[in-house]
Amino acid sequence: MSTPQTPGAEHGSLPGQARPGVSSLRLVWVYPDLLSTYGDRGNLLVLERRAQLRGIQTESICVNSDQPVPRQADIYLLGGGEDLPQILAARRLRADGGLAAAARDGAVVFAVCAGYQLVGLEFAGEEGQPLPGLEILDISSGRGERRAVGEVLADVDAALGAPRLTGFENHQGVTRAGPGARPLAKVTAGIGNGDGTEGAYAGRVLGTYLHGPALVRNPAVADLLLGWAAGPLPELPDEAEQWGRLLRDERLAAVSGQ
Amino acid sequence: MSKLQLRARVATSIGGAASRVSRLAGRGDGSVIGGVIALRLEPRLLSQLAAGKQIVLVTATNGKTTTTRLITAALGALGQRVATNAFGANMEAGLAAALGREQDAPFGVLEVDEKYVPYVLTATAARVAALLNLSRDQMDRAAEIWLVARRWRDALADAPDCQVVANADDPLIAWAASGAKQVTWVAAGQRWREDSWCCPECGAHLHRAEHDGAGHGWQCGECGFARPAVSWTLDGSAVIDPAGRRHELELALPGRANRANAVVALAVAERFGISVEQALPEVRKVTSVAGRYTTVQRRGRGVRLLLAKNPAGWLEAFDVLAPAPVPVALAVNARGPDGRDTSWLWDVDYRHLRGRQVFVAGERKLDLAVRLEADGVPFQLVDGVDKAVDLVDPGATLDVIANYTAFQQIRTAFGRTA
Repeated sequence: MSTPQTPGAEHGSLPGQARPGVSSLRLVWVYPDLLSTYGDRGNLLVLERRAQLRGIQTESICVNSDQPVPRQADIYLLGGGEDLPQILAARRLRADGGLAAAARDGAVVFAVCAGYQLVGLEFAGEEGQPLPGLEILDISSGRGERRAVGEVLADVDAALGAPRLTGFENHQGVTRAGPGARPLAKVTAGIGNGDGTEGAYAGRVLGTYLHGPALVRNPAVADLLLGWAAGPLPELPDEAEQWGRLLRDERLAAVSGQ
Repeated sequence: MSKLQLRARVATSIGGAASRVSRLAGRGDGSVIGGVIALRLEPRLLSQLAAGKQIVLVTATNGKTTTTRLITAALGALGQRVATNAFGANMEAGLAAALGREQDAPFGVLEVDEKYVPYVLTATAARVAALLNLSRDQMDRAAEIWLVARRWRDALADAPDCQVVANADDPLIAWAASGAKQVTWVAAGQRWREDSWCCPECGAHLHRAEHDGAGHGWQCGECGFARPAVSWTLDGSAVIDPAGRRHELELALPGRANRANAVVALAVAERFGISVEQALPEVRKVTSVAGRYTTVQRRGRGVRLLLAKNPAGWLEAFDVLAPAPVPVALAVNARGPDGRDTSWLWDVDYRHLRGRQVFVAGERKLDLAVRLEADGVPFQLVDGVDKAVDLVDPGATLDVIANYTAFQQIRTAFGRTA
């Protein structure tokens, strides 16, 4: 993980065309040495697979916290982390400036859990004190009364046209979206932002408390991110979606039935 | 026995009776229920039971049960009784029950759950504490590991008489142990590094030597915190002792992780004056630990059970697998003791399993299916590991890797012959 990885075209290509001109995507996993707690690699793997199945090549770059964040990539991923790593990551990303510059230039940013909090205006430090975030998403986070741990269901903002979110949360944050961002979804099970909403988005920056491999059970969100970067995407054939659908249905049923 | 106060004696006796009832009723191995009842009657029981015993505390994310067993075996060279929680019941009740069963034993070797370490260290006035490794595990119910390391560090700093045996190759362990007054550093290796890319002292990115078997160097470029100088080293198939002598381990237990556990056990034994020459023959006699590693015959197939509960454990389990194309069955649950969150599956690199037949079972088999699909590993879903047994050729071998409750279910299905 300490060295950049360039997964090959392991998944084979299926017929389908991306937006003319977009035949490859650069994916950056930001600071896996600090922000990678709950299988965060899953989001990278899902994006790679769903792009490659559509004939879009991917170049994935893992950028550690002692390296500069490249400004010219298409999709940036931020994962979860404990308090101290989150604080360090925010400090370094602010000093580096690369991620904020890329977001300003229209790159796609997908941030989960600790990463979600730190792309906002402020988040809670180890004693609950407010610390400055990257200010690329108009949200503010603080510390809640108790830890939110468990399965989450949430109905996605209709404007995004994605089905219900399913995932797992484990955090003690509360987050409010400001006027420059919209909640990603309305919670029907779980805690999310703490006010009945879950996650937030604005432009091409999207964050969620669904931690770790959030895109695994939410392939529509993965396609949303890929579409922002590459334009309209063809559907995947059923056999490529089969296992993901079974898993998603099982989890939706398990949580709805609780 | 006479040292125990009346209340503790009564509590221990009632607890022991409850254990026997539990075993007779087939409700479990009886290693916890007795302790639970006894502790309710006498909360200071653990301290009282530990009084007068020389206690070894063993903790880690992975390898606690096996290392506890290996240390117990090594102490056997002294020819005296050793109290131990051999069944992995590693919280207060299990520890009290273990000590209560062997009240006259002069030694106690206790596997301790990570979050109970500070309490048990104080309550038992442990003479030796063995710290093996620390990595992400069941994070929906366990504390974050940097926090765990800090609590260990503070507790060890307050226990100046405790002799610590610690793995210097795990930066988080080294940081926790460096709070102690007396440390024997062991180069036991570290395969899983995803939780230690950053300095535990200051958070800067750690400079790490590439994988090189033994002698993993690491150093913080900013604050200078670095791997301590070691006196014991796991070097491939052998251990190098503090005098620089090399001994082939030749364990019955398979895998790199167990060689690392054995080196820690030898270093602990040496704290009790037991030489490598005395300890190693005892350590080699351990062939299976709580059902793990042994091959059982099941309808004409040899089935070997391996336990892996978290990403670091899976990585070590892959190392133990018989070479491809020996088939493997994987079983994953997400009950309370497993952690209800399956996200960790995405931290495991399943590409190691390419080139062999892979069966997928357990209550969360669909999570595993999607994970294997993403890694390009062909698989076959089965309704229970026993079904996989029928699908391999008679006379063939099947390796099984399961997480905690999935493992227990398989053992129960196999009638605990395993």
